[in-house]
Amino acid sequence: MVNFYGKEFKSRLLIGSALYPSPAIMQDAIRASGAGIVTVSLRRESAGGKTGDAFWSLIRELDVTVLPNTAGCRSVREAVTTAKLARELFGTSWIKLEVIADNDTLQPDVIGLVEAADILIKDGFEVFPYCTEDLSVAMRLVDAGCKVVMPWAAPIGSARGIINADALKLMRDRLPDITLVVDAGLGAPSHAAEALELGYDAVLLNTAVAKAADPVAMANAFRLAVEAGRTGFEAGLMGARDFASPSTPVIGTPFWHAVS
Amino acid sequence: MLAKAGHAVTLYERDNAEMRESTTHWGGGMLAPWCEAEVSEPVVSRLGLRALDLWREELPDTPFNGSLVIAHARDRADFERFAKMTSGHTRLDAAGVAEIEPSLEGRFRDGLFYPGEGHVEPRLVLPELHRRITAAGGIIKYNCEAKAEDLDGLVIDCRGLYAREQDETSKLRGVKGEIIIIETDEVQLSRPIRLMHPRWPLYVIPRANNRFMLGATSIENEGSGVSVRSALELLGAAYAVHPAFAEARILEFGSGLRPAFPDNLPRIAIEKNTIAVNGLYRHGFLLAPALAELTLNYVKRGMIDNEVMQCK
Repeated sequence: MVNFYGKEFKSRLLIGSALYPSPAIMQDAIRASGAGIVTVSLRRESAGGKTGDAFWSLIRELDVTVLPNTAGCRSVREAVTTAKLARELFGTSWIKLEVIADNDTLQPDVIGLVEAADILIKDGFEVFPYCTEDLSVAMRLVDAGCKVVMPWAAPIGSARGIINADALKLMRDRLPDITLVVDAGLGAPSHAAEALELGYDAVLLNTAVAKAADPVAMANAFRLAVEAGRTGFEAGLMGARDFASPSTPVIGTPFWHAVS
Repeated sequence: MLAKAGHAVTLYERDNAEMRESTTHWGGGMLAPWCEAEVSEPVVSRLGLRALDLWREELPDTPFNGSLVIAHARDRADFERFAKMTSGHTRLDAAGVAEIEPSLEGRFRDGLFYPGEGHVEPRLVLPELHRRITAAGGIIKYNCEAKAEDLDGLVIDCRGLYAREQDETSKLRGVKGEIIIIETDEVQLSRPIRLMHPRWPLYVIPRANNRFMLGATSIENEGSGVSVRSALELLGAAYAVHPAFAEARILEFGSGLRPAFPDNLPRIAIEKNTIAVNGLYRHGFLLAPALAELTLNYVKRGMIDNEVMQCK
């Protein structure tokens, strides 16, 4: 089980609700993923009324926990406003906090992120911040009160997988009591397995499933990969070595075989 | 189609002959089953291909100049994905792009050309379709909001989202599409140009009189009007296709709600004396002739298409 702000979830896969060919395929893919938490983007134009109700009712049918996000926000003020709208609209204090710094890489504005997290936590929010793999940023987010930190694997939608595994490992080692989620940049199920093998508590993804030729099959593949990665981590991965290590006894091997 | 088959047809339209309230007023009119295969189920391709034949038969002047898909260098991965997910295309290099669209010379290193696709201009083709209904003996009653229970005979309900008002269990939803119409004589295009975009297929469609339609967003929202963000994206797409669009005059902003079921697929539901044709989503002009033909086949011979039809 994985814990997010006091709530326990069986699945270590969080999944997004955007970019699917149809809402029906989105529903089937989310079910196939086994995810218990689904991120939804708050479209600001729909916050004032019930104009997007038909779509939200399809998400509600899934009986999952909704994690609204502040996708597309480019300033602290915008992110805070969007978070407040999301709280009203979805009736949850959870917020996936994104403050974007750069249009090309969609890199998080880590300075604005810490500031926005601080404001929102003081206002009673439970914040899931999307950040880079920079440990110092993660520490500032924890200082602000975040119990969950979500570093990227690679830029959003890039499908490149984990670019800086050493930094992610360091973050895991230094923040053992924080729920860590690899968010963004995962393209293949093996990327998700790698994140779980590093000891991360969960992964969050969207594009890799939604844009697959068969999103439902891909969602299932990620579900299996996440289970495999976590099971491997719990089973205790052997450390990497520089040289070969025989798996069978060498005593009794003729000496001329043992000499290279 | 029904009138030509000898049925006494009366068309009830809640709007006037211009149909400005209708979603079709803001439609793109793309007849692009191969391109749409990127995000559509095979049934859309099947019906779309049949519909192309029907458009050719019924309106031989319909332009079938194909469509051209292009991408920015940075959207290369999306471009390759689009190529992989679709068929019926030819890869063009920069010279090939310039050959079929001279205005785009030197602007794009490669493109995907879908030669079999066409497009109609909704605001011109609708009056023509109305004229043909009348010529076939049909009657059109404009400004007339009819309800199925008030009508005699067989009722074919094609009201889109309005059909939801009488069926609260319907899972129909409106998907907002926003468009902009601009005018310039500095760019000449012969066919719809699709530009790769991470969220929506954006296209520039040439219209009569040096006009171009920029479309279309696809937003899960039943509001109206065009947001600043969408306007920026649509105008940015036009500018990316050709910088001369920067000097074009903006004529219209508009939006419509596409009626869609959760699977985004069309449905023909048959119940007693009512046939409900709905859920055409973003494929109104593409699929309408094929769905009309299926409806006619049911009326004439009781034929059922299991993929599309439901009998209650």
